[in-house]
Amino acid sequence: MNSLIAYTLHLADNALILSQRNSEWCGHGPVLEQDIAITNISLDLIGQARNFYQYAESLINHSDGTAANPASEDSLAYLRTEREFKNLLLVELPNGDWAQTVLRQFFFSQYQYLLFQQLQFSKDEQIAAIAAKSIKEVSYHLRWSSEWVIRLGDGTRESHDRMEKAMNELWAYTGEMFEPAGYEKEMPVESEEIKKEWDEKVRQVLEEATLTLPPASEKGSVFMHTGGKNGIHTEYMGHLLAELQYMQRAYPGCEW
Amino acid sequence: MNIQIRKFFYGDIPDDQSGGNDLKNTQGPSSETKKTDWPLWEVFIRSRQGLDHKHAGSLHAADAKMAIENARDVYTRRMEGVSIWVVESKYIHATTPDESGELYEPAEDKIYRYPTFYKLPDEVNQM
Repeated sequence: MNSLIAYTLHLADNALILSQRNSEWCGHGPVLEQDIAITNISLDLIGQARNFYQYAESLINHSDGTAANPASEDSLAYLRTEREFKNLLLVELPNGDWAQTVLRQFFFSQYQYLLFQQLQFSKDEQIAAIAAKSIKEVSYHLRWSSEWVIRLGDGTRESHDRMEKAMNELWAYTGEMFEPAGYEKEMPVESEEIKKEWDEKVRQVLEEATLTLPPASEKGSVFMHTGGKNGIHTEYMGHLLAELQYMQRAYPGCEW
Repeated sequence: MNIQIRKFFYGDIPDDQSGGNDLKNTQGPSSETKKTDWPLWEVFIRSRQGLDHKHAGSLHAADAKMAIENARDVYTRRMEGVSIWVVESKYIHATTPDESGELYEPAEDKIYRYPTFYKLPDEVNQM
Protein backbone atom coordinates (compact mmCIF):
# COMPACT_ATOMS: atom_id res chain seq x y z
CA MET A 1 0.00 0.00 0.00
CA ASN A 2 1.54 3.28 -0.99
CA SER A 3 1.64 6.15 1.41
CA LEU A 4 -0.95 8.28 -0.40
CA ILE A 5 -3.52 5.50 0.02
CA ALA A 6 -2.55 5.04 3.66
CA TYR A 7 -2.76 8.76 4.31
CA THR A 8 -6.15 9.07 2.61
CA LEU A 9 -7.44 6.18 4.71
CA HIS A 10 -6.04 7.85 7.83
CA LEU A 11 -8.01 11.02 7.08
CA ALA A 12 -11.13 9.02 6.29
CA ASP A 13 -10.87 6.86 9.41
CA ASN A 14 -10.49 9.89 11.69
CA ALA A 15 -13.72 11.32 10.32
CA LEU A 16 -15.64 8.03 10.33
CA ILE A 17 -14.72 6.98 13.85
CA LEU A 18 -15.38 10.37 15.43
CA SER A 19 -18.65 10.51 13.54
CA GLN A 20 -19.59 7.11 14.95
CA ARG A 21 -18.76 8.24 18.47
CA ASN A 22 -20.68 11.51 18.20
CA SER A 23 -23.67 9.71 16.72
CA GLU A 24 -23.99 7.80 19.98
CA TRP A 25 -25.42 11.03 21.40
CA CYS A 26 -28.35 10.84 19.00
CA GLY A 27 -31.44 10.83 21.21
CA HIS A 28 -29.32 11.29 24.34
CA GLY A 29 -28.08 14.90 24.04
CA PRO A 30 -28.39 17.13 27.11
CA VAL A 31 -31.06 19.23 25.39
CA LEU A 32 -32.85 18.77 22.09
CA GLU A 33 -30.96 21.58 20.36
CA GLN A 34 -27.53 20.22 21.28
CA ASP A 35 -28.61 16.72 20.35
CA ILE A 36 -29.23 18.08 16.88
CA ALA A 37 -25.96 20.04 16.89
CA ILE A 38 -23.75 17.07 17.74
CA THR A 39 -25.47 14.74 15.29
CA ASN A 40 -25.14 17.46 12.65
CA ILE A 41 -21.42 17.38 13.25
CA SER A 42 -21.56 13.60 12.91
CA LEU A 43 -23.19 13.96 9.52
CA ASP A 44 -20.58 16.50 8.40
CA LEU A 45 -17.85 14.05 9.39
CA ILE A 46 -19.57 11.18 7.56
CA GLY A 47 -19.57 13.38 4.48
CA GLN A 48 -15.83 13.96 4.80
CA ALA A 49 -15.22 10.27 5.43
CA ARG A 50 -17.14 9.31 2.30
CA ASN A 51 -15.15 11.75 0.18
CA PHE A 52 -11.87 10.35 1.43
CA TYR A 53 -12.99 6.71 1.16
CA GLN A 54 -14.17 7.25 -2.39
CA TYR A 55 -10.81 8.67 -3.26
CA ALA A 56 -9.01 5.81 -1.49
CA GLU A 57 -11.23 3.37 -3.37
CA SER A 58 -10.20 4.77 -6.73
CA LEU A 59 -6.52 4.83 -5.73
CA ILE A 60 -6.61 1.22 -4.53
CA ASN A 61 -8.48 -0.11 -7.56
CA HIS A 62 -6.22 1.82 -9.87
CA SER A 63 -3.05 0.41 -8.35
CA ASP A 64 -4.46 -3.14 -8.31
CA GLY A 65 -6.96 -3.39 -11.14
CA THR A 66 -6.99 -7.19 -11.17
CA ALA A 67 -8.23 -7.79 -7.63
CA ALA A 68 -11.14 -10.24 -7.42
CA ASN A 69 -12.98 -7.98 -4.98
CA PRO A 70 -12.37 -4.36 -5.89
CA ALA A 71 -12.45 -1.96 -2.94
CA SER A 72 -15.46 0.24 -2.38
CA GLU A 73 -16.16 2.98 0.15
CA ASP A 74 -18.42 0.51 1.93
CA SER A 75 -15.87 -2.27 2.06
CA LEU A 76 -13.29 0.17 3.41
CA ALA A 77 -15.58 1.29 6.20
CA TYR A 78 -17.34 -1.96 7.01
CA LEU A 79 -14.97 -4.77 6.20
CA ARG A 80 -11.57 -3.76 7.46
CA THR A 81 -10.38 -5.04 10.80
CA GLU A 82 -9.19 -3.09 13.81
CA ARG A 83 -5.52 -3.29 12.87
CA GLU A 84 -6.24 -1.87 9.42
CA PHE A 85 -7.80 1.32 10.77
CA LYS A 86 -5.43 4.27 10.97
CA ASN A 87 -7.43 6.76 13.02
CA LEU A 88 -6.09 8.68 16.02
CA LEU A 89 -6.68 7.11 19.41
CA LEU A 90 -8.37 10.34 20.49
CA VAL A 91 -11.38 9.84 18.23
CA GLU A 92 -12.08 6.26 19.30
CA LEU A 93 -12.19 6.98 23.05
CA PRO A 94 -15.62 6.64 24.67
CA ASN A 95 -17.73 9.78 24.82
CA GLY A 96 -17.67 10.11 28.60
CA ASP A 97 -19.91 12.98 29.65
CA TRP A 98 -20.84 16.03 27.60
CA ALA A 99 -17.72 17.85 28.81
CA GLN A 100 -15.45 15.11 27.52
CA THR A 101 -17.27 14.93 24.19
CA VAL A 102 -17.05 18.67 23.51
CA LEU A 103 -13.44 18.90 24.65
CA ARG A 104 -12.46 16.04 22.33
CA GLN A 105 -14.35 17.73 19.51
CA PHE A 106 -12.51 20.97 20.25
CA PHE A 107 -9.06 19.32 20.26
CA PHE A 108 -9.84 17.48 17.05
CA SER A 109 -11.55 20.32 15.19
CA GLN A 110 -8.71 22.72 16.01
CA TYR A 111 -6.28 20.17 14.60
CA GLN A 112 -8.41 19.41 11.57
CA TYR A 113 -8.84 23.10 10.86
CA LEU A 114 -5.08 23.75 10.79
CA LEU A 115 -4.43 20.55 8.86
CA PHE A 116 -7.03 21.25 6.18
CA GLN A 117 -5.73 24.78 5.80
CA GLN A 118 -2.46 23.24 4.71
CA LEU A 119 -4.01 20.40 2.72
CA GLN A 120 -6.15 22.70 0.62
CA PHE A 121 -2.93 23.74 -1.10
CA SER A 122 -1.76 20.16 -1.49
CA LYS A 123 -0.44 19.15 -4.88
CA ASP A 124 -2.85 16.24 -4.84
CA GLU A 125 -5.92 17.85 -6.36
CA GLN A 126 -8.43 15.48 -4.85
CA ILE A 127 -7.15 15.88 -1.29
CA ALA A 128 -6.89 19.63 -1.78
CA ALA A 129 -10.48 19.80 -3.01
CA ILE A 130 -11.88 17.74 -0.13
CA ALA A 131 -9.95 19.82 2.40
CA ALA A 132 -11.12 23.08 0.87
CA LYS A 133 -14.72 21.89 0.83
CA SER A 134 -14.60 20.64 4.42
CA ILE A 135 -12.93 23.66 5.95
CA LYS A 136 -16.16 25.65 6.27
CA GLU A 137 -17.91 23.00 8.28
CA VAL A 138 -14.78 22.38 10.34
CA SER A 139 -14.70 26.10 11.18
CA TYR A 140 -18.19 25.75 12.54
CA HIS A 141 -17.30 22.63 14.56
CA LEU A 142 -14.39 24.57 16.00
CA ARG A 143 -16.51 27.57 16.89
CA TRP A 144 -19.24 25.42 18.40
CA SER A 145 -16.89 23.25 20.46
CA SER A 146 -14.65 26.05 21.70
CA GLU A 147 -17.69 27.96 22.92
CA TRP A 148 -18.81 24.91 24.84
CA VAL A 149 -15.37 24.47 26.39
CA ILE A 150 -15.45 28.07 27.59
CA ARG A 151 -19.06 27.86 28.70
CA LEU A 152 -18.50 24.76 30.82
CA GLY A 153 -15.01 25.60 32.04
CA ASP A 154 -16.08 29.06 33.13
CA GLY A 155 -19.52 27.91 34.26
CA THR A 156 -20.63 26.40 37.54
CA ARG A 157 -18.35 24.55 39.91
CA GLU A 158 -19.67 21.24 38.68
CA SER A 159 -19.23 22.03 34.98
CA HIS A 160 -15.73 23.33 35.72
CA ASP A 161 -14.82 20.13 37.59
CA ARG A 162 -16.12 18.03 34.75
CA MET A 163 -14.04 19.95 32.23
CA GLU A 164 -10.94 19.52 34.39
CA LYS A 165 -11.64 15.79 34.56
CA ALA A 166 -12.06 15.67 30.81
CA MET A 167 -8.73 17.48 30.40
CA ASN A 168 -6.99 14.86 32.54
CA GLU A 169 -8.66 12.12 30.54
CA LEU A 170 -7.88 13.45 27.07
CA TRP A 171 -4.70 15.49 27.15
CA ALA A 172 -2.41 12.48 26.89
CA TYR A 173 -4.08 11.57 23.58
CA THR A 174 -3.40 14.90 21.89
CA GLY A 175 0.28 14.32 21.15
CA GLU A 176 -0.42 11.66 18.56
CA MET A 177 -1.81 14.23 16.15
CA PHE A 178 1.63 15.74 15.70
CA GLU A 179 3.70 12.56 15.55
CA PRO A 180 3.89 11.79 11.84
CA ALA A 181 3.44 8.12 10.94
CA GLY A 182 5.64 6.68 8.22
CA TYR A 183 3.08 7.32 5.49
CA GLU A 184 2.64 10.93 6.61
CA LYS A 185 6.24 11.88 6.16
CA GLU A 186 5.88 11.96 2.39
CA MET A 187 2.88 14.26 2.60
CA PRO A 188 3.47 17.99 2.33
CA VAL A 189 2.25 18.66 5.86
CA GLU A 190 4.20 20.71 8.38
CA SER A 191 3.36 18.87 11.60
CA GLU A 192 5.61 21.08 13.68
CA GLU A 193 3.93 24.21 12.43
CA ILE A 194 0.47 22.77 13.07
CA LYS A 195 1.53 21.72 16.55
CA LYS A 196 2.81 25.17 17.39
CA GLU A 197 -0.32 26.89 16.22
CA TRP A 198 -2.59 24.27 17.76
CA ASP A 199 -0.87 24.70 21.11
CA GLU A 200 -1.27 28.44 20.99
CA LYS A 201 -4.95 28.41 20.00
CA VAL A 202 -5.86 25.68 22.46
CA ARG A 203 -4.15 27.47 25.30
CA GLN A 204 -6.06 30.66 24.51
CA VAL A 205 -9.37 28.87 24.79
CA LEU A 206 -8.40 26.89 27.90
CA GLU A 207 -7.28 30.08 29.54
CA GLU A 208 -10.54 31.79 28.76
CA ALA A 209 -12.30 28.72 30.13
CA THR A 210 -10.30 29.14 33.38
CA LEU A 211 -9.01 25.59 33.06
CA THR A 212 -5.66 24.40 34.34
CA LEU A 213 -3.19 24.66 31.50
CA PRO A 214 -1.38 21.43 30.76
CA PRO A 215 2.39 21.47 31.21
CA ALA A 216 4.29 22.88 28.26
CA SER A 217 4.74 19.96 25.95
CA GLU A 218 8.38 19.91 25.05
CA LYS A 219 9.22 16.71 23.36
CA GLY A 220 9.15 13.78 25.73
CA SER A 221 8.29 15.76 28.84
CA VAL A 222 4.69 14.54 28.95
CA PHE A 223 3.71 10.97 28.19
CA MET A 224 1.49 10.72 25.14
CA HIS A 225 -0.39 7.65 23.92
CA THR A 226 0.30 6.78 20.32
CA GLY A 227 -0.31 3.89 17.94
CA GLY A 228 -3.68 4.50 16.33
CA LYS A 229 -2.16 5.85 13.14
CA ASN A 230 -0.40 2.52 12.68
CA GLY A 231 -3.33 0.34 13.66
CA ILE A 232 -2.45 -0.21 17.32
CA HIS A 233 -5.68 0.81 19.01
CA THR A 234 -7.17 1.08 22.47
CA GLU A 235 -9.41 -1.62 23.89
CA TYR A 236 -12.42 0.48 22.90
CA MET A 237 -11.84 0.24 19.17
CA GLY A 238 -12.96 -3.37 18.74
CA HIS A 239 -16.25 -2.68 20.48
CA LEU A 240 -16.84 0.39 18.39
CA LEU A 241 -16.22 -1.52 15.16
CA ALA A 242 -18.42 -4.40 16.31
CA GLU A 243 -21.31 -1.98 16.50
CA LEU A 244 -20.39 -0.10 13.34
CA GLN A 245 -19.81 -3.18 11.19
CA TYR A 246 -22.29 -5.67 12.62
CA MET A 247 -24.88 -5.52 9.83
CA GLN A 248 -22.40 -5.95 6.99
CA ARG A 249 -20.63 -8.75 8.84
CA ALA A 250 -23.82 -10.61 9.69
CA TYR A 251 -25.55 -10.01 6.35
CA PRO A 252 -22.80 -9.48 3.77
CA GLY A 253 -23.80 -7.05 1.07
CA CYS A 254 -27.15 -6.20 2.65
CA GLU A 255 -28.75 -2.99 1.47
CA TRP A 256 -31.73 -1.03 2.65
CA MET B 1 -66.44 47.67 31.33
CA ASN B 2 -63.30 46.66 33.04
CA ILE B 3 -60.36 47.63 30.86
CA GLN B 4 -56.92 46.56 31.96
CA ILE B 5 -53.57 47.08 30.37
CA ARG B 6 -51.70 43.90 30.94
CA LYS B 7 -48.38 42.62 29.76
CA PHE B 8 -48.77 39.25 28.11
CA PHE B 9 -45.95 36.88 27.67
CA TYR B 10 -45.85 34.77 24.60
CA GLY B 11 -46.38 31.22 25.73
CA ASP B 12 -47.24 32.53 29.21
CA ILE B 13 -43.71 32.69 30.54
CA PRO B 14 -43.46 35.10 33.45
CA ASP B 15 -40.12 36.74 34.14
CA ASP B 16 -39.30 34.64 37.18
CA GLN B 17 -39.73 31.46 35.19
CA SER B 18 -37.88 32.44 32.07
CA GLY B 19 -34.74 31.35 33.84
CA GLY B 20 -32.11 33.39 32.06
CA ASN B 21 -30.51 34.71 35.22
CA ASP B 22 -30.72 31.62 37.36
CA LEU B 23 -27.52 30.19 35.95
CA LYS B 24 -25.55 33.08 37.41
CA ASN B 25 -26.98 32.47 40.84
CA THR B 26 -26.05 28.84 40.86
CA GLN B 27 -23.43 28.26 43.50
CA GLY B 28 -21.56 25.03 43.47
CA PRO B 29 -22.80 21.60 42.55
CA SER B 30 -25.25 21.43 45.44
CA SER B 31 -27.77 23.82 43.94
CA GLU B 32 -29.62 22.06 41.21
CA THR B 33 -29.38 23.40 37.70
CA LYS B 34 -32.52 22.37 35.93
CA LYS B 35 -32.76 21.91 32.21
CA THR B 36 -35.62 24.37 32.19
CA ASP B 37 -33.15 27.06 33.24
CA TRP B 38 -32.48 27.94 29.64
CA PRO B 39 -34.85 30.59 28.38
CA LEU B 40 -36.97 30.17 25.30
CA TRP B 41 -36.08 32.06 22.11
CA GLU B 42 -38.07 32.82 19.00
CA VAL B 43 -36.27 32.31 15.72
CA PHE B 44 -36.80 34.35 12.56
CA ILE B 45 -35.21 33.27 9.31
CA ARG B 46 -34.75 35.18 6.08
CA SER B 47 -34.83 32.63 3.33
CA ARG B 48 -33.47 34.81 0.52
CA GLN B 49 -31.96 38.23 0.13
CA GLY B 50 -34.68 40.82 -0.18
CA LEU B 51 -37.35 38.83 1.62
CA ASP B 52 -38.59 39.44 5.13
CA HIS B 53 -37.53 37.47 8.14
CA LYS B 54 -40.22 34.94 8.91
CA HIS B 55 -40.95 33.22 12.18
CA ALA B 56 -39.48 29.73 11.98
CA GLY B 57 -40.07 28.39 15.47
CA SER B 58 -38.59 28.49 18.92
CA LEU B 59 -35.82 26.82 20.88
CA HIS B 60 -33.98 26.87 24.18
CA ALA B 61 -30.56 28.45 24.65
CA ALA B 62 -28.50 29.97 27.44
CA ASP B 63 -27.76 33.21 25.62
CA ALA B 64 -28.11 34.96 22.27
CA LYS B 65 -24.96 33.48 20.81
CA MET B 66 -26.04 29.97 21.60
CA ALA B 67 -29.55 30.73 20.38
CA ILE B 68 -28.22 31.73 16.96
CA GLU B 69 -26.07 28.63 16.74
CA ASN B 70 -28.92 26.42 17.81
CA ALA B 71 -31.14 28.11 15.26
CA ARG B 72 -28.55 27.45 12.59
CA ASP B 73 -28.50 23.77 13.53
CA VAL B 74 -32.21 23.31 14.02
CA TYR B 75 -33.74 25.50 11.30
CA THR B 76 -31.24 26.05 8.48
CA ARG B 77 -29.90 22.56 7.80
CA ARG B 78 -31.62 22.33 4.45
CA MET B 79 -30.50 25.71 3.13
CA GLU B 80 -33.55 27.52 4.44
CA GLY B 81 -31.79 30.71 5.36
CA VAL B 82 -29.35 33.51 4.69
CA SER B 83 -29.96 35.45 7.89
CA ILE B 84 -31.14 34.63 11.40
CA TRP B 85 -32.76 36.76 14.07
CA VAL B 86 -33.41 35.51 17.57
CA VAL B 87 -35.27 37.22 20.35
CA GLU B 88 -35.98 35.95 23.81
CA SER B 89 -39.61 34.91 23.88
CA LYS B 90 -40.38 36.89 26.99
CA TYR B 91 -39.80 40.10 25.07
CA ILE B 92 -42.54 39.35 22.62
CA HIS B 93 -45.86 40.81 23.61
CA ALA B 94 -48.92 39.24 22.13
CA THR B 95 -52.65 39.66 21.99
CA THR B 96 -54.83 37.10 23.67
CA PRO B 97 -57.72 35.26 22.00
CA ASP B 98 -60.33 36.84 24.29
CA GLU B 99 -59.42 40.27 22.94
CA SER B 100 -60.05 39.28 19.35
CA GLY B 101 -63.60 40.64 19.38
CA GLU B 102 -62.62 44.23 19.99
CA LEU B 103 -59.39 44.07 18.01
CA TYR B 104 -60.25 42.32 14.78
CA GLU B 105 -63.99 42.03 14.29
CA PRO B 106 -64.63 45.74 13.67
CA ALA B 107 -62.67 45.40 10.42
CA GLU B 108 -64.95 42.70 9.07
CA ASP B 109 -67.72 44.94 7.72
CA LYS B 110 -65.52 47.65 6.24
CA ILE B 111 -64.88 46.34 2.79
CA TYR B 112 -64.39 49.90 1.54
CA ARG B 113 -60.92 49.67 3.06
CA TYR B 114 -59.89 47.27 0.34
CA PRO B 115 -58.47 48.92 -2.77
CA THR B 116 -60.70 46.82 -5.02
CA PHE B 117 -62.96 49.73 -5.95
CA TYR B 118 -60.38 51.54 -7.98
CA LYS B 119 -60.42 51.08 -11.73
CA LEU B 120 -56.92 50.35 -12.92
CA PRO B 121 -55.68 51.26 -16.39
CA ASP B 122 -55.04 48.16 -18.52
CA GLU B 123 -51.31 48.89 -18.70
CA VAL B 124 -50.97 48.28 -14.96
CA ASN B 125 -51.11 44.54 -14.55
CA GLN B 126 -48.80 43.81 -11.68
CA MET B 127 -50.90 45.15 -8.83
